[in-house]
Amino acid sequence: MFRRSGPTDCTIAWEGREIPARAGEPLAAALLAAGIAAFRETPVSGAPRGPLCLMGACFDCLVEVEGVPNRQACLVPVTPGMRAAPQRGARGAL
Amino acid sequence: MAAALEARARGIEVLLLDENLAPGGQVHRAVGGFHRPEPRAPGAAQAREGLRLIEAFRASGAEARFGATLWAVEEDRTVTWSEGGVAHRARAGVLLLCPGAIERPLPIPGWTLPGVMGVGAAQILLKSAGLLPEGRVWMAGQGPLLWLYAAQMLAKGGRLAGILDLSPPGGWKRAALHLPAALTAPGYLLRGLGWMARVRRAGVPVIRARALAAEGGERLTHIVFDGRREAAELLLLHDGVVPNTQITRALQGCAHLWDAAQACLRPVLDGWGNTTRPGVLVAGDGAGIGGARAAEFSGRIAALEAARRLGTLTGEQRDALAGPLLLRRQAELAPRPFLDALFPPLPAADIPDETLLCRCEEVTAGRVRAATALGAQGPNQLKAYLRAGMGPCQGRVCGPAVHAVMAAARGVPPAALEGLRTRFPSKPVTVGELASLA
Repeated sequence: MFRRSGPTDCTIAWEGREIPARAGEPLAAALLAAGIAAFRETPVSGAPRGPLCLMGACFDCLVEVEGVPNRQACLVPVTPGMRAAPQRGARGAL
Repeated sequence: MAAALEARARGIEVLLLDENLAPGGQVHRAVGGFHRPEPRAPGAAQAREGLRLIEAFRASGAEARFGATLWAVEEDRTVTWSEGGVAHRARAGVLLLCPGAIERPLPIPGWTLPGVMGVGAAQILLKSAGLLPEGRVWMAGQGPLLWLYAAQMLAKGGRLAGILDLSPPGGWKRAALHLPAALTAPGYLLRGLGWMARVRRAGVPVIRARALAAEGGERLTHIVFDGRREAAELLLLHDGVVPNTQITRALQGCAHLWDAAQACLRPVLDGWGNTTRPGVLVAGDGAGIGGARAAEFSGRIAALEAARRLGTLTGEQRDALAGPLLLRRQAELAPRPFLDALFPPLPAADIPDETLLCRCEEVTAGRVRAATALGAQGPNQLKAYLRAGMGPCQGRVCGPAVHAVMAAARGVPPAALEGLRTRFPSKPVTVGELASLA
């Protein structure tokens, strides 16, 4: 889907799987570069979704970051060792 | 940034809040970082302008907060924003909003599949992370950004399976009337023609098409257009950009109007950028699409008006300083009627019934039309029928499409419908962030 034109300098964990990344880039870019197209499942029908806009408007790139749900992956900068996972449905009550 | 520079030059204290992680907005995003085009590459001149602006801004003494998401504006211009999970407040003497533009939605059947994205989104990936599309990559739609990005990615070694030109037929004929005005700023046209020529030289098939759909299960696998079916890994859609009015529409007493040429809402402003809310101004594409250069002049003009409001300039001083800026802004806006005629937004009436309009609440165009037939008058009433516009994006994406589809279904001009109202907080806020204000 996408390939990198520059080097990576760290790794992050997506559902426990290690993927290469570059510190400071948007988390969404690191996931897409690793071939991950679906970031979440919708609360309405459970359909898979990936990012549409990458500028904080569409909310289709929602993921869990370090256990915190509903984070917009396009606005979260990568830090080395960051742990992220898909957002499945709506966030829990607590 | 231009407004902050001008305001600092007039001795005004400036606090700049930017949701992005670094200065530059979308056009000058990551310039000097990952976005470093070769000297003669597409977008290089603009990147140089952006770099100059960012350097001047850094030296200006304006206080800047990045990764700062504004989510509330009160009557007395007290603003609340979140930064790293902590909320902050400050009261502004004058509030200048520069919300920029977002891509106009181009709803087609299957556009919610992973692997279907905006052209602007792909450009952000190129600028912020150096990502190039690979595999069976298609672009579809119309507008300057589509051709700029195609030229940029090809120059960097990207490949395209093809471009589906969805622009309504007769574009050049429609636009010819506005050509003389556009030729007063020939740089825009020459750059645009240069991008198109670069795409043709690269041998990318450019196919005129009307109907387009995306297909796949867990992700995009095929596109279908005018009876043809092609394998696709990535489909990049584009139908121009619209002002981001999410904040201004939530401001009580801040009037908006429907811009028929650009098929979107924009705030009602005077020539200085004043909204109908005292002390609240808007500059840049959030006021109406004009491009990065026009935005720079709008920002400086608004800053001069802010200085007058704050008493550091008299009305006469403001007028004298603004004169040349107003002329230069007008010159930058000269090609807009030509572009609006060449790439008129795709007609809402043509969107097939099975297309999801509201992606968050998964509401199809057919259901929106059925609710309209039952008596829903506009996007605000539609919320009670279908929840369209009430999901996480709060109508940012579907707003213009729902508005236009309902107007077409009722057979009235879109201006006859009240625009989708928004509410603060503009972005989700955690209880922890609220507690941090106490």
